[in-house]
Amino acid sequence: MLLRHTSKEVKVREGLTINPAKTCQPIGAMYAALGIHGCLPHSHGSQGCCSYHRSTLTRHYKEPVMAATSSFTEGASVFGGQANLLTAIETIFSVYDPDIIAVHSTCLSETIGDDLQQITRKAKDDGKVPEGKRVIFASTPSFIGSHVTGYANMVTGIAEQFAVSTGVKKNQINIIAGWMEPSDMREIKRLAKELGVNIVLFPDTSDVLDAPQTGKHEFYPKGGTTIPELESIGDSRHTLALGSISAEPAAIALEKKCKVPFETLEVPIGLTATDRFIMALSEIGGVSVPDEITAERGRLVDVIADMEQYFYGKRVALFGDPDQLVPLTEFLLDLNMKPVHIVSGTPGQRFEKTMREILDTRSPETNFKNGIGADMFLLHQWMKNEPVDLLIGNTYGKYMARDEDVPFIRFGFPILDRIGHSYFPNVGYSGGLRLVEKILTALLDRQDRDALEEKFELVM
Amino acid sequence: MEQISILEGRHKQVFEKKTGGEQVEISCDTSSLSGSVSQRACVFCGSRVVLYPVADALHLVHGPIGCAAYTWDIRGAVSSGSELHRLSFSTDLQEMDVIYGGEKKLYHSLIELIEQYKPKAAFIYSTCIVGLIGDDIEAVCKKVAKETGIPVLPVHSEGFKGTKKDGYKAACHALMQLIGTGSTENISKYSINILGEFNLAGEAWIIRKYYEKMGIEVVSTLTGDGRIDAVRRAHGASLNVVQCSGSMTWLAKEMEQKYGIPYIRVSYFGIEDMSKSLYDVAKHFPERPDIMEAAKQVVSEEVKELYPSLQKFKKALTGKKAAIYVGGAFKTFSLIKALRSIGMSVVLAGSQTGNKDDYARLKEMCDEGTVIVDDSNPVELSKFILEKEADLLIGGVKERPIAFKLGIGFCDHNHERKIPLAGFVGMYNFALEVYQSVMSPVWQFAPRKGVKI
Repeated sequence: MLLRHTSKEVKVREGLTINPAKTCQPIGAMYAALGIHGCLPHSHGSQGCCSYHRSTLTRHYKEPVMAATSSFTEGASVFGGQANLLTAIETIFSVYDPDIIAVHSTCLSETIGDDLQQITRKAKDDGKVPEGKRVIFASTPSFIGSHVTGYANMVTGIAEQFAVSTGVKKNQINIIAGWMEPSDMREIKRLAKELGVNIVLFPDTSDVLDAPQTGKHEFYPKGGTTIPELESIGDSRHTLALGSISAEPAAIALEKKCKVPFETLEVPIGLTATDRFIMALSEIGGVSVPDEITAERGRLVDVIADMEQYFYGKRVALFGDPDQLVPLTEFLLDLNMKPVHIVSGTPGQRFEKTMREILDTRSPETNFKNGIGADMFLLHQWMKNEPVDLLIGNTYGKYMARDEDVPFIRFGFPILDRIGHSYFPNVGYSGGLRLVEKILTALLDRQDRDALEEKFELVM
Repeated sequence: MEQISILEGRHKQVFEKKTGGEQVEISCDTSSLSGSVSQRACVFCGSRVVLYPVADALHLVHGPIGCAAYTWDIRGAVSSGSELHRLSFSTDLQEMDVIYGGEKKLYHSLIELIEQYKPKAAFIYSTCIVGLIGDDIEAVCKKVAKETGIPVLPVHSEGFKGTKKDGYKAACHALMQLIGTGSTENISKYSINILGEFNLAGEAWIIRKYYEKMGIEVVSTLTGDGRIDAVRRAHGASLNVVQCSGSMTWLAKEMEQKYGIPYIRVSYFGIEDMSKSLYDVAKHFPERPDIMEAAKQVVSEEVKELYPSLQKFKKALTGKKAAIYVGGAFKTFSLIKALRSIGMSVVLAGSQTGNKDDYARLKEMCDEGTVIVDDSNPVELSKFILEKEADLLIGGVKERPIAFKLGIGFCDHNHERKIPLAGFVGMYNFALEVYQSVMSPVWQFAPRKGVKI
């Protein structure tokens, strides 16, 4: 029992976090920046931050992850990090030659009071930014929010700092990807193409963090949203933000700067959320839903119907990030399953409000909590008090799954011990099929394992 | 081939061994250049990896959540009992704490945790921000130690206050506070501490068994499968045997000064170094020739079994070339020898934390044409792997996918090793892992070293 120390009794803790269901802002900013073509993320802080983020992303994607660091020293912490960042910008352009440097701050540089806007402007004024190259930034203090907040802040920085309004509208729709995998971004693009809607998706980590083996180490892989695409988002007709926490802030910023109207949807995970996404895109794009997409939906509904008896009433605990948990909870309810415990380390009242709306009529007794104190220790305690049939969450859930002997599906960030998440989407109807297959396999494997000989069934 | 340039300002940290060539002294022990894609980590990381394997201690990270999240059970340092070290505890500092200070939160967290988990001691890691907001961690630790009766040790590991090596030192400093506080009763005169062995994949157990077979008592392992009570009586040993010199030499020196315990540097990788590490300990007890006899016995038994089993690998691997980029330089020496024993040569050798002496020795050991690097980056590594036509990269988590993208084999000689690479059995495992990866059929399907198939 790895977590033998987890007590059943839930006590109020004074700010202590045990086994976090979140991590800090900068890694989210780094991930978002990797979704711009030719961009080198830059961590303005100690060397360790950058190293940890790269290692974690590498463990999650099994891909090289490139990012630079300001390499703070004691001097920088006393005199400020401006000199480090200016040197860094010069070094990066002369040696690594990216099109864009995306700087994010850390707890250290934020506490010192470094002003990224001022420093990056100075770099430009001092001629350290070559013609045609860009330096963008986002403030991502680690002591506020979570990795999701950091992602949102960098995406907002991208929208604000690239978008140009030429006054001439383009016949295109912006889709702002909330935190999702490269596979999900690829699927969003496929669905839009299938619908015949012209979109700009950003950020876009497909073909960056799922790059093929080529015999070369591509410092800047072929994927990512390009500078011209990002500049054009100010002229788009409309924006769809997928995710109220991780994508909406960028949509608001873009509306403010370039008057592009927006609509916020959940990340299209599961049947209903995908329906809403497809409907919204077809309405905004002025197109009808093609038969092929209707058929995809039909196949998902067909499988759910075929197997409905195995879903009914199954109790699920889930943890992870708000923009994924909300549609996943809805999907579980659509499958006639029972979300029992839900935990997210990411703070914010929006999550609570949305969850309340979803759960109030369909499962008012569900335990859910986010923000301070919402960690895996709490989730584990809840599971001890009210056991579940299935656990869904990132790799760190494996301790609880093992100790409580509960089937476990890896979902979310980070996944350090399995592959698949970068290649097979969770979004869209095909993503729904993947989730349904995973859920059924986990539940039925368990049923087979535990079945008495006489009840061991061939046909299920 | 495309030319890839070396980062300007890094020329002093890259060296190619050539007769008659310019003999620059390699520059090391410096922070990375701002703007480099360094593979290095920070002070906190150094402290965390050294202390992490102490399994019955509480490890509380005082700072925002990231530092605790990224170091949550990432090191396969195996424990034979308590698993407390595998949980992640953080004060999860918020904006208000940054403004008003985090001492209160730290105090309450400690009291709650100690009450619940009853650890033998507690290590409190300072992170960058704690160094800035000025929390008096020493005072909080003292107070909690007094109230709870267990040692509560501050680890001054603010990320920006130096390099990973400074983190090792901060960790050793915390250990030094414990050493000397336990009873040394009944400790044999023929006893050692194993320093700098972290029990990755159970390696410390293998090493310990060899020494025990020689009739040597192992008082404590610092810190693999570590226990506070064992650390407290470490001063009762007659000799300190230091592996992973980067992390623990400081502690050995301190113990020598304070308790008069001499130390030797060893390595458990490869047949040659592994054998030497047993003989060197035996040599320390000349009045007991039976210990040396026993050491010879252990080596001969192990080698008799190991040597024939390596031949298959040697046959397949002879003539293949390796690139090494690991944390400590001492490990590089052993790896060069181990690779030679399976027929492989080394074309690139580097470390994140080597010092001047290390690099001087490395130059001596390496073949003509070998490139030596300090604190390298992915561009450089890729460049030299392609230019020198390496077939294998030995490194850590960030290097693995680079090797695979280039179409060459990889061996993790860092935290993520899954099988023991130390000891005689470790040499077999190492050869097997290298063989598996270098000779994998996947390379038949993959463009290799930038060349299309």
